[in-house]
Amino acid sequence: MQEHDLSYVRTEMVLAQAAPAGEKGTGAWVRRNLFATPMDSVLTVLGLLLVAFILPPILNWAFISAQWSGTDRSVCATVAQGGLQPDGWSGACWAFVNAKFMQFMLGRYPDAERWRPILTALIFVALLVPLLMPSAPRKGLNAVLFFFVFPIVAFVLLTGGWFGLPHVETPLWGGLMVTLVLSFVGIAVSLPLGIVLALGRRSKMPIVKMLSVVFIETVRGVPLVTVLFMASVMLPLFLPAGVSFDKLMRALVGVALFASAYMAEVIRGGLQAIPKGQYEGADSLGLGYWQKMTLIVLPQALKLVIPGIVNTFIGLFKDTSLVYIIGMFDLLGIVRQNFSDATWASAQTPITGLIFAAFVFWIFCFGMSRYSIFMERRLDTGHKR
Amino acid sequence: MTNKVAVMLGAAAFGLVASAASATTLDDVKAKGFLQCGVSSGLAGFSAPNDKGDWLGLDADFCRAVAAAVFGDGSKVKFTPLSAKERFTALQSGEIDVLSRNTTWTINRDTALGLNFAGVTYFDGQGFMINAKKLPGVNSALQLSGASVCVQTGTTTELNLADYFKANNLEYNPVVFEKLEEVNAAYDSGRCDVYTTDQSGLYGIRLTLTAPDDHVVLPEIISKEPLGPVVRQGDDQWFDIVKWTYYALLTAEELGITKANVEEMKSSTNPEIKRILGVEADTKIGTDLGVTNDWVVNIVKAVGNYGEVFENNVGAGSPLKIARGINALWTKGGLQYAPPIR
Repeated sequence: MQEHDLSYVRTEMVLAQAAPAGEKGTGAWVRRNLFATPMDSVLTVLGLLLVAFILPPILNWAFISAQWSGTDRSVCATVAQGGLQPDGWSGACWAFVNAKFMQFMLGRYPDAERWRPILTALIFVALLVPLLMPSAPRKGLNAVLFFFVFPIVAFVLLTGGWFGLPHVETPLWGGLMVTLVLSFVGIAVSLPLGIVLALGRRSKMPIVKMLSVVFIETVRGVPLVTVLFMASVMLPLFLPAGVSFDKLMRALVGVALFASAYMAEVIRGGLQAIPKGQYEGADSLGLGYWQKMTLIVLPQALKLVIPGIVNTFIGLFKDTSLVYIIGMFDLLGIVRQNFSDATWASAQTPITGLIFAAFVFWIFCFGMSRYSIFMERRLDTGHKR
Repeated sequence: MTNKVAVMLGAAAFGLVASAASATTLDDVKAKGFLQCGVSSGLAGFSAPNDKGDWLGLDADFCRAVAAAVFGDGSKVKFTPLSAKERFTALQSGEIDVLSRNTTWTINRDTALGLNFAGVTYFDGQGFMINAKKLPGVNSALQLSGASVCVQTGTTTELNLADYFKANNLEYNPVVFEKLEEVNAAYDSGRCDVYTTDQSGLYGIRLTLTAPDDHVVLPEIISKEPLGPVVRQGDDQWFDIVKWTYYALLTAEELGITKANVEEMKSSTNPEIKRILGVEADTKIGTDLGVTNDWVVNIVKAVGNYGEVFENNVGAGSPLKIARGINALWTKGGLQYAPPIR
């Protein structure tokens, strides 16, 4: 309703005005966020003091006093410890990581064959990156290459024995390579298998349901350490002499089955969140069971449980360190193993090695976590808050 | 508990495995073309990876010596790093041919587990290390009354410690930890005055302390830990090869045969040297053992004699700098003694 005859009412809009000087700029931000109340001010000052207290020694240790290159422990030990550094020196021994870097990445993979895992890693990245980018074309072909062709190529390249490539046994594998092989297989197997198990557990067919429940509950009820330990210590005793399963294969099977059981429960949580009306709607359209699941139910359910799925992936990625129990050495295992090298034994070596391993794990886990947030936002249709 | 069950089952299953294997270990090894040797997954000076990932150490060198005796080539060996729990089943199940993993020789392992110890490549024992700054004037474990002792829990070390202090009517205050790294950190930060574990380990740990020179390893050894290579029971020929490889290392040191001079020594006039190097006419020492007659030459060429192996890996030539002590030859007041090779 317009009231033009009211003289005390403005007829034209007031133009937008700049915010008062005290409410914009850095000063205002600082006041609003750091010194809004006396309590905030106290906490801010305490926080800054804490940072000022902690940060310089850390930076000094990690960068300024750190030793970046050298051939043995003498660069990382003080004179009293039989090294070159002055007394009271403390700094990161990056020289240790530097000298052992290829070993941390590839384990004891023979020098002459190291191009093979490196090539595998390049193919992996080349196929994974377009698969992860929603705008990249030819998703179908890319997925087929990544999930079906790549594993075969990687297997041939890494183990060898075909096309004139010398055979490299899995006990020689190690480091980040083992971590990635275990997690890739674990992730690639556990998602489809977990979906099948979750559907099986909610199935109306009694035998399928029972088998799924038994599998999930048995596997979830046993610690991974126990399964790996059984596979490595007990299994060889039940096999005839001379017959032995590859240790890496045992670990792969164990890790993949484990992740599947957890994944099944995560996905079941998503299935239960789908209202009954969606199932009934699909039924009323005349869709069969698989059509109903793949077209209506799973797309909604999987989207809901992305955080849970990624949580399981990240847990799986870190759980791979448990293979040290069966004498395989993933990144953490091989770093720790090298602490026993007397050439590098010093007070700084273990802490430096562990920080390096933690940093590499963090990069991968953080990457997965950021990608999952990106995917959630992209798929967030209709649940926006 | 799990460990015990695993070992018992292992011992039971061993009978089956042994009867199922038709060929001898030597034939198997020769057919494979390499020796599969079980080592520790990391113990400074005994078996630890170098920058390239090759296994170095006293235990690892012993594996190379056996490979050299069998193949004439010390590099024909593959290492399987094993945890303390896995080691016996790995041997019993035939996954490895020799276990050379700082394993203590005890009657239980020799009998109930169906193993054979081929000798003692390193006489170890539980010892003490003290912080000399905190405990000045202490030069014997008997003066440690009232001290706090850092020890790893669940090991025989902890039991030996209790026995020793009880037997000598000494008071002590154990500070126990689950992991070796925790014990090291606690000792280095001064949580306790004394650190106890196997003496060979103490020297390795000393290297990682903030001020190694403040710490002294006391002379007392409170337990016997004879460490040596192990083979499966029931294959005497293979047992002989491993055993005599060890004796050959000792004899080579006794006669002054080293990696550097082994070729010249072949033309020595000393009949004993000629005999063990297999250059005597019509010698059958090597072939009777199941290897070639120049087996000692191959061993010494691959790793050197026992003295060289010791010095390179744990002795003066290594960062550990462990004194020979009781590991010296019998002629020099030690315990290393080999029967004659003739």
